[in-house]
Amino acid sequence: MRDTAAYALRLGDDALVLGQRLCEWAARSPQIEEDVALLNLALDQLGAARSLLTHAGELEGAGRDEDDLAYLRDEPDWTNALLMELDGGDFGKTMARQLLVAAYQLPLYEALTTSADEGIAGVAGKAVKEVAYHLDHARSWVVRLGDGTEESHRRVQAGLDEVWPYAAELFERDALTERLLAAGVAADPDEVEPQWRRTVEDVLAEATLTVPETTWRPTGGRTGRHTTGFGYLLAELQHLHRSHPGASW
Amino acid sequence: MTDYTAAGGHGAVPTTGVPSDEKGARRSQPLWEVFVRSRRGLSHTHVGSLHAPDAHMALRNARDLYTRRQEGVSLWVVAAADIVASSPDEKDAFFDPAGDKPYRHPTFYDVPEGLTHL
Repeated sequence: MRDTAAYALRLGDDALVLGQRLCEWAARSPQIEEDVALLNLALDQLGAARSLLTHAGELEGAGRDEDDLAYLRDEPDWTNALLMELDGGDFGKTMARQLLVAAYQLPLYEALTTSADEGIAGVAGKAVKEVAYHLDHARSWVVRLGDGTEESHRRVQAGLDEVWPYAAELFERDALTERLLAAGVAADPDEVEPQWRRTVEDVLAEATLTVPETTWRPTGGRTGRHTTGFGYLLAELQHLHRSHPGASW
Repeated sequence: MTDYTAAGGHGAVPTTGVPSDEKGARRSQPLWEVFVRSRRGLSHTHVGSLHAPDAHMALRNARDLYTRRQEGVSLWVVAAADIVASSPDEKDAFFDPAGDKPYRHPTFYDVPEGLTHL
């Protein structure tokens, strides 16, 4: 139970932190149509995060609900992958990250629809359709930016180069994933990774972008070691709830 | 004779001679008209317009802007410039003659008693 709770929390933290980053585009998008599009993606992530955090809290059995987990944990208690928390940068970087994440979340959630944990399988079943659209959206933009003007190509390639090394963490295995793989709860990173790579490489080829070459593998998110910018993200996410406990409207 | 095109659901605009302050970035995002079919069996209905760089993105923007509350099961987008609109100047010649021809409405038939499902 505690293992499954920790795994649901990882999935939920990924979704919540990426959703928060996407929310930062509100009223800042290149066009009003894209503003709504990005916020739709954010709401999908937030919806999945709420279910997963609630589920994690119930499995944990310590009486914590989704709000306690979202608003009252400090940095070392967050288990999202570092890729999710990187600042959005310009639109090119945001779209590069969206591509890497959506190409990961689609095969991940597909695999999790048959998870032995019904709560996780339920969330995955709903999320599969959502992230299929996220991938379509990211693919559309990355291709247009990459195969667009000289400047759009340069900027999306620069964004891709920045976020690329962080993708490796998505496919890490540790003691927790090994135990949950044996129990049929977790998705197998070794099965998700080749699907991710095929999708991403297809899109990048169509976009005339170069697959970055790097041996740097930043990691630590799953064990609570986060990047500098994450504290600022949490401050914005949590300050209202912490300043006015129990506030509602 | 001036030609008219659709104008974001606001009627008709001439295709030439309209002063515009739209600069490069906006021109590369032309206007598209959006039609939504709310459910099977109904026709697509005009719901509004949006800007997008091409048809592919226009369809996706339409999905994000106009169907986020389950408004539809099918979408059409049409480049506003491709729509030929009737001219406001021709309103009288186009539409007024129909005004005094009530016999065109099917209201003069006696419906036989007992007829159902009409």
